[in-house]
Amino acid sequence: MKKVNSIFTPWRLLKYLFKKPITIPFTKIFTQKNANYLNQNSIIKLNSRLDSEPREGADNIRGFHTNDWEECIGCGTCADICPTEAIFMAERLELPNEDGKLQQRPTIDYGRCCFCALCVDTCTTDSLKMSKEYIYSNSDPDAFLFMPTDTFEGQKVKEGYVKDEVSDLLDLKRVENPHELPEERKSSFVEIVRGYSKEFARLEAARCVECGVCTSACPVHMHIPQYIKAIWEDDIDGALRQVYETNPLPGVCGRVCTHNCETSCAIAVRGEAIAIRWLKRYIIDSAPDDMYENIILEPVSDVIDAKVAIVGSGPAGLGAAYYLRVMGYKVDVYEELSLAGGVMRYGIPAYRLPDTAIDKDINFIKHIGVNIKTNTRVGRDITMDQLEQDYDAVFLGTGFMKPRGLNIPGADHNRVVGAMEFLPKVREFERGNLSLEDIDVAENVVVIGGGDVAFDVARSATRLQMLKYGKSSVKLTSLENEDSLPATFDEYVEGAEEGVEFFCGNGPQEVVVENGKILGLKLWKCLCIFDEKGGFNPEFDKECEQIIEGEQIFIAIGQAPDYDYIPESIKDKISINRGKIEASIDGQVKDVPWLFVGGDILRGPDLIGGVSDGHRSAKAIDAYLYENAKKQDISDSLKAMREAVKESSPELTIRQGGKK
Amino acid sequence: MRQMKLFLGPQHPGMHGNASVHIYAEGDIIKRSYLLPGMLHRGFEKGMERHTWMNNIGLIPRVCVVEPDINEMAFAMGVEMLANIEVPERAHYLRMVILELARISIHLMSYGGLGGPTGLYTLMYHAHADRNRILNIFEKITGHRVYHMYIVPGGVRKDFPVGIENDIHEFLNDLESRYTEYRDLGIENPTVLARIKDNIMLPESVVWELGVTGVGMRSAVNKPYDLRKVKPYARYSEVEFDVPVYDYSDARNRVDIKLNELVQSIGIIRQCLEKMPTGPVRAKVGNGQSMRWTVPKGQVYSCVESSRGEFGYYIVSDGGTHPYRVGVRGASYPQGLLGIEKYMPGTRIDDAPLWIDTMGVCSPEIDR
Ligand SMILES: Cc1cc2nc3c(=O)[nH]c(=O)nc-3n(C[C@H](O)[C@H](O)[C@H](O)COP(=O)(O)OP(=O)(O)OC[C@H]3O[C@@H](n4cnc5c(N)ncnc54)[C@H](O)[C@@H]3O)c2cc1C
Ligand code: SF4
Ligand code: SF4
Repeated sequence: MKKVNSIFTPWRLLKYLFKKPITIPFTKIFTQKNANYLNQNSIIKLNSRLDSEPREGADNIRGFHTNDWEECIGCGTCADICPTEAIFMAERLELPNEDGKLQQRPTIDYGRCCFCALCVDTCTTDSLKMSKEYIYSNSDPDAFLFMPTDTFEGQKVKEGYVKDEVSDLLDLKRVENPHELPEERKSSFVEIVRGYSKEFARLEAARCVECGVCTSACPVHMHIPQYIKAIWEDDIDGALRQVYETNPLPGVCGRVCTHNCETSCAIAVRGEAIAIRWLKRYIIDSAPDDMYENIILEPVSDVIDAKVAIVGSGPAGLGAAYYLRVMGYKVDVYEELSLAGGVMRYGIPAYRLPDTAIDKDINFIKHIGVNIKTNTRVGRDITMDQLEQDYDAVFLGTGFMKPRGLNIPGADHNRVVGAMEFLPKVREFERGNLSLEDIDVAENVVVIGGGDVAFDVARSATRLQMLKYGKSSVKLTSLENEDSLPATFDEYVEGAEEGVEFFCGNGPQEVVVENGKILGLKLWKCLCIFDEKGGFNPEFDKECEQIIEGEQIFIAIGQAPDYDYIPESIKDKISINRGKIEASIDGQVKDVPWLFVGGDILRGPDLIGGVSDGHRSAKAIDAYLYENAKKQDISDSLKAMREAVKESSPELTIRQGGKK
Repeated sequence: MRQMKLFLGPQHPGMHGNASVHIYAEGDIIKRSYLLPGMLHRGFEKGMERHTWMNNIGLIPRVCVVEPDINEMAFAMGVEMLANIEVPERAHYLRMVILELARISIHLMSYGGLGGPTGLYTLMYHAHADRNRILNIFEKITGHRVYHMYIVPGGVRKDFPVGIENDIHEFLNDLESRYTEYRDLGIENPTVLARIKDNIMLPESVVWELGVTGVGMRSAVNKPYDLRKVKPYARYSEVEFDVPVYDYSDARNRVDIKLNELVQSIGIIRQCLEKMPTGPVRAKVGNGQSMRWTVPKGQVYSCVESSRGEFGYYIVSDGGTHPYRVGVRGASYPQGLLGIEKYMPGTRIDDAPLWIDTMGVCSPEIDR
């Protein structure tokens, strides 16, 4: 009986005939477009009534990609992680060429893609997402290779899988680099940043995705991803090699470079930029001298019979000197001051850039054979004419070393001091060449300016006050508001930590002097800095006036060049525009072809810009001298030929220039 | 008698995946048989050496198409052991839910697999429809229906989406309510029983000889050897469940164990959903961005209980960003490759698909 019953049990399932099916009708999985396509090609006959409502994927579904081209920076990290190598980066030169972005976008081969979404999880910008679209048909195999945009098949589509904090595959947090604490550091000129240990440097290096967006943003195009990778692999030798390919001042740049690279770092889009600058410093700090010996001497060519004079030993001069010497030129650098380095030595305070770091870089430049003649001012100890005679080419990198004044009442007081008057003394004090008494710093000071130089002055003054009076009082005022200060954010934060008070968004009107003593600085609120055309033309609100107290005023509103050393005969042939000398892109002065310029007097505005100018000019000088030598060579051999002919057959007259 | 060569290939309704069996038969009795695993999943182990610890998750689930999660789990556990990573508590439970859902889905598939060879397609349709509902749940949780790439070294890739518990409960309740019906349709159905009872035997001696594990072993040796019990991973030690066994392994008993296990899995999932704490679901595996994660030097064997038995990953790390070597112990290797060659002969031709279905054979894990 049981057996008979059980034979009929399957029939019980007939009831399901009357239930709603839980499976999805075949016809419902197609989009209209796909259905039409399949119908047209007689691949499948679909009931057109049913095919318009495709089943929607789950909210999280890993469907076809979308990529917002505005957000995407073309870093290619998605392509690197793809386990099926489905992504390649296609060049798109019509995209704007801007720092922090590469002119390429991911292209995906859907014949390979496995829809794992690792590309989404690692995308540096969140531009790459997946949509709910999961059906696509086409008879053309090439149509399965395309560049995702923010639409799919030309239509806005619903968002599917996106990354979240848990699935994110990047490390967005920077590894701390130990700093001296404000209370301790503000009474000394000890370097604030202590530098990474090996362990920390390697941890930080592990965050890099090797995209090279930084390389394009760096003025000298340092091989950043490569040296960071070498650090991560604990290959200091390799890292140092990479560094010296493009930058002979890495120890300095590893401390005080303006780091455009970090600003454009792909990781910075969503997190904290890789500490590229500190990593570079780590390489230099940890490379032993004997390692340098091989690496920097290896590429240096033997001296050839051509000489170049360099005026000024700032980053531009040293950059040019280094690469010219590497190419084989004999190089003499003339420096007015007693130590080489320019602003590095006499401007930037030691708590940011100690002498030891500068020495290390410059000693290696000297070591490859660059001859630096200090205490030699061109225009006083040797003339430009002399240089023109003695050398095959001359490079000028004399910088903006003079203070720039401010034209307001009271500014002629002797306690109104320019930044580049004050900072060199601070450095000399730090070196022990001046005593505290030799430097005039009042108990209450005001600094005018909102850039890095103003902060260097303010924070140096703080230190001197602490040493002199045991307390500090520094007020900083700028036209710009606190949130738009031109200074780097770190300067602002650290300055505030050290007790600098801010009076930003105000313009100085008068140095208030009574009985020959400065009482303070009169400020008006600044309404706007630039006019409609973008020219510098600040407007003030007189009603909003205040006087901030201080017995000494520092002016840090920019520096100026000093061209006294250039004789009139040359000056006549060059044009100077807003303090800068006009020259070709690689620094050659048009009407004085043996003269090249670089650094602040050409472009500025920072150290690495100087190095870059130096590097570019070195190549241009080489090209210029090579061309000259070729001409020379040709005329020399022509002469020799004539001699030979004359000797062997004196009866022949040699035709010249085709004429008899 | 004249020998006839037959090709039981991927197109056959009773065949699993892209595998095929070359059969030499006399009359309707198989005299010789060889498995051709398909060669579609060759070189996976080698491929793993060329992928980083993280982006290997694009490749690893593919070692078993129908139950990919065991690969992810064994790999993840191995990496975690090498790198000494503490997986967050919640992740353990999430992983168990996924693994047990996968177990149900593959047991259903295998049960439905009886349909093709026995002509009872209703069973196959029903089982597949129910498996499909599990795939819907997987799609919601992981973003994909088949290759989930969800269990990753350190935990899981993302937390469960809000409200998914309801979907899971609803499905489990429904499946449970239809359990008797399912049995009646297949294993209690005299027509099917006639094909599977006292047929396609797996004697204990063969279990030991070939190294069969899982359902095959448990049905033959009457011992509850299940890694979830004997070497608990995730939080299997925190949930209650039975390990069904038999001392007589015919096709019917093996199927019966699978159905019983399905009930046990329902219970485990319910306990997990109840017990799972809130909190993080993923621990960091390495430092920096994922392509620079390194795993300390060493070697490890990690294994999980798959629907077909012990499924293991032997992983060697040289301390770099990629595995130095990965070896996979596919649970169906013994019976699938060796068993078919040595013990399928003697079976009737029409029982060959039942042989493959009830012994548990998954070709990629032989191929890999
Ligand atoms: C206070 C201060 C802080 C700064 N901080 C930073 C910073 O943190 N990061 C950064 O990237 N940039 C910084 N800058 C800008 C940077 O220092 C300059 O852009 C850079 O030094 C310019 O390099 P240069 O080679 O053109 O000349 P300089 O560095 O200005 O060097 C010019 C050299 O030429 C010498 N010289 C001039 N005339 C003669 C002559 N007739 N004969 C012989 N020698 C002569 C000078 O003595 C000097 O040594 C700072 C600038 C200042 C003023
Ligand atoms: S989804 Fe996976 S396989 Fe597809 S392009 Fe992205 S990383 Fe590659
Ligand atoms: S990772 Fe993101 S930002 Fe970078 S190229 Fe790919 S899609 Fe663009």
